[in-house]
Amino acid sequence: MTEFDLIVAGAGPAGIAAACRAAETGAKVLVLDNNPAAGGQIWRNDVPAQWAERLRHVEVRGGCAVIDDRVLAHGVPVILATGARERFLPFPGWTLPGVVGVGGLQALVKSGFDVRGKRVIVAGTGPLLLAVASLLRKRGASVACIAEQASRSSLLGFAAELWRHPSKILQGAELGASLLGVPYFTDCWVEEAYGDERVTRVRLRGFEQDCDLLAAGYGLVPNVELALLLGCTLHDGFVTVDAMQRTWREGVWAAGEVTGIGGVERSLVEGEIAGLAALGELAEARKLFGRRAAWHGFGASLERTFALRDELSTLARPETIVCRCEDIRYQDISRWTSAREAKLQTRCGMGLCQGRICGAANEFLFGWSAGSVRPPVCAAPVSDLIES
Amino acid sequence: MLGDSRVSAAPDVAIVGGGIVGAACALECRRAGLSVELYEQSVIGGGATAAGMGHVVAMDDSEAQFALTHYSSNLWRALAPELPAGAEYLPCGTLWVAADEEEMAEVFRKRAFYEARGVAVEVLDARQLAEAEPHLRGGMAGGLLVVADCVVYPPVVAQWLLDQAGVTVRREEVRALADVPAGVVVNAMGAKAARLTKGIPVAPRKGHLVITDRHPGFVRHQLIELGYLKSAHSASGDSVAFNVQPRKTGQVLIGSSRQYGAENKEIDREILARMLRRAAGYMPGISALTAIRTWTGFRASTPDKLPLIGPWEGRQWLATGHEGLGITTSLGTGRLLADLITGRTPPIPAEPYLPARCRP
Amino acid sequence: MTIYLDGRTLTAERGTTVAAAMLNAGVTVFRESVSGEARAPLCGMGVCYECMVTIDGQRELSCQTLCQPGMRITTR
Repeated sequence: MTEFDLIVAGAGPAGIAAACRAAETGAKVLVLDNNPAAGGQIWRNDVPAQWAERLRHVEVRGGCAVIDDRVLAHGVPVILATGARERFLPFPGWTLPGVVGVGGLQALVKSGFDVRGKRVIVAGTGPLLLAVASLLRKRGASVACIAEQASRSSLLGFAAELWRHPSKILQGAELGASLLGVPYFTDCWVEEAYGDERVTRVRLRGFEQDCDLLAAGYGLVPNVELALLLGCTLHDGFVTVDAMQRTWREGVWAAGEVTGIGGVERSLVEGEIAGLAALGELAEARKLFGRRAAWHGFGASLERTFALRDELSTLARPETIVCRCEDIRYQDISRWTSAREAKLQTRCGMGLCQGRICGAANEFLFGWSAGSVRPPVCAAPVSDLIES
Repeated sequence: MLGDSRVSAAPDVAIVGGGIVGAACALECRRAGLSVELYEQSVIGGGATAAGMGHVVAMDDSEAQFALTHYSSNLWRALAPELPAGAEYLPCGTLWVAADEEEMAEVFRKRAFYEARGVAVEVLDARQLAEAEPHLRGGMAGGLLVVADCVVYPPVVAQWLLDQAGVTVRREEVRALADVPAGVVVNAMGAKAARLTKGIPVAPRKGHLVITDRHPGFVRHQLIELGYLKSAHSASGDSVAFNVQPRKTGQVLIGSSRQYGAENKEIDREILARMLRRAAGYMPGISALTAIRTWTGFRASTPDKLPLIGPWEGRQWLATGHEGLGITTSLGTGRLLADLITGRTPPIPAEPYLPARCRP
Repeated sequence: MTIYLDGRTLTAERGTTVAAAMLNAGVTVFRESVSGEARAPLCGMGVCYECMVTIDGQRELSCQTLCQPGMRITTR
């Protein structure tokens, strides 16, 4: 890896933008991602043509997880563009086959899952619900309904702010057209999923609905584990960066949803700034500050609009599984007072996902913060820890 | 109300440190009729109790070490039927692995030692060893199976012991033992004990562990290389040894390393790699297993490899210095401590473990 | 292309992940959980490990693995 001038961890929009801008200054750039190919989640199997073209001058290694701090050993700048994952909240029936994430279903569809003729309920929160419902329709699914937990009034407030972002209004209009006739409920959420071998029926607030698939996701959680391992600091759960996207760890920059949730445009501009700044092109980077500021504002209104309502923390029953790796139930963990205590006493969070799924849920349910991060950042063959 | 007055009164015994040693001491003191409070600022069993392997083993390093580990192991076996499922009790035995004929000689020496003291052991030749542990590499000389050794998950046991004891747990930091109101204050702070009791020879000795995904049957006994004591874990300096354990979950716990003078709890990638290379040298298939987590912990080591159990000065007592045997010896430590406090005759001689031996 | 799942023959398009191919074949049990529940993909992006299967002898995330001709997949 010493032949590269820059290493980017993550090949989503932020990582792609960072790598392309850096490569266009003449730098040799390596992008590592644990997904099979570039695109991240939003552009999985679907990198827009102009970025795909620019990416031709960058080496992208898919299926390549960064598991520890060896990425710093090459003495070249590192940009963290590790993105975000979905937050899941436990409700009775959420472990049934056919209950997937909203971003999760999007990723599966973009990976070749054929949803033609399937009846899908899309539930949870955020603009992702609309984008995914639209994708599902385009791919031939029947969207039974969309259930948004946010209130109608906060959504109206959000819509009123959209004039600041004309491109989002256009996107919204296109989405609206593609979703004509799909029932859209605000102040509505999934209370329980039913089925034997897989989900077949869902009780939402106030009504029940048959389905083949339930997509439920409750916003995004930044993938900060690698940043923490490298010694970056966090603020409000996101990686702290300065105006040049530089973290508090020497030689490490961060861009995209790992620094804040705010959509693809925000990730792109942060990535571009990081790619330029990491190579010392500060004047060029500065030219992008204005564009970034606008998208930071958009991110802030997203957060306000789609804040999770308290009722969602009361859906799990005592016997509802919270930790899916170890099958630890709500009643097993509710006695304890911290994530670490629950882990040591019940095995909650000890499984293969390293507590990523239950950790984000428990943060919301109990206010527990995640524990320390140690290598490997994700489960990996023992041989990966032996090689030096 | 009687209850209220008892809450405000100083207890007979205050135990500082909620690891498994502190928890076992709390339970035995309660059983001896003493009133007990336990101080733990963090979570119960969150220090070396959580970091260790949870191997209950009769050790033959010295007569005193054997006496305490053997006595304690018997207490564990007696306790086993009562333990909750989360204690993950697994009676897998310890299999000491001899790589060559020289180490085979150690197998026979160990057999003689254990048999003379009534511990059931079996010598395995090369073929029997390969049958007992098919994932060991070929060419091993044999091994010694200590049949009754077992494995537990200590943090759950620590909490369970406290639940049995019904003691008050104070979630506060103790900055000075002299400030703790109690007839007797027991320092059970493990590797941190010397911070509260100046002058005791307890030093932290760092260790690393790796746990894998569930691979049931991959390893069947607690496996330890016989080079463990003679070469790999010398008295000073960094060392690694092949020390691999089956968990009741089917997971494989891979150790071990020992480092003096390492104060930070970060993973040391070099020693971790050395440790795993050593393990893969004995069990090549380990390389392909999926590692989920790595962590470190600090053993409370003493110069003579024996714990400090008993009075120190004034109201201050010690229950620390258990090094890598704290899970095994926790139960015996509790009995000894409670007997010494109440003036009963301990079940095994307490002299070898009395802190007085360490006075300058 | 052709892949093999627990002795069945499946066809998959190029660029399709193993998880998608299995879902397309109607598979609902990707793995059995610790307490015996059937589990299938949740996150779709390599985080939750619910879609883990054995591919050519290795435990892999089916949602992060592209189908290759002749792959042999077993659900445990």
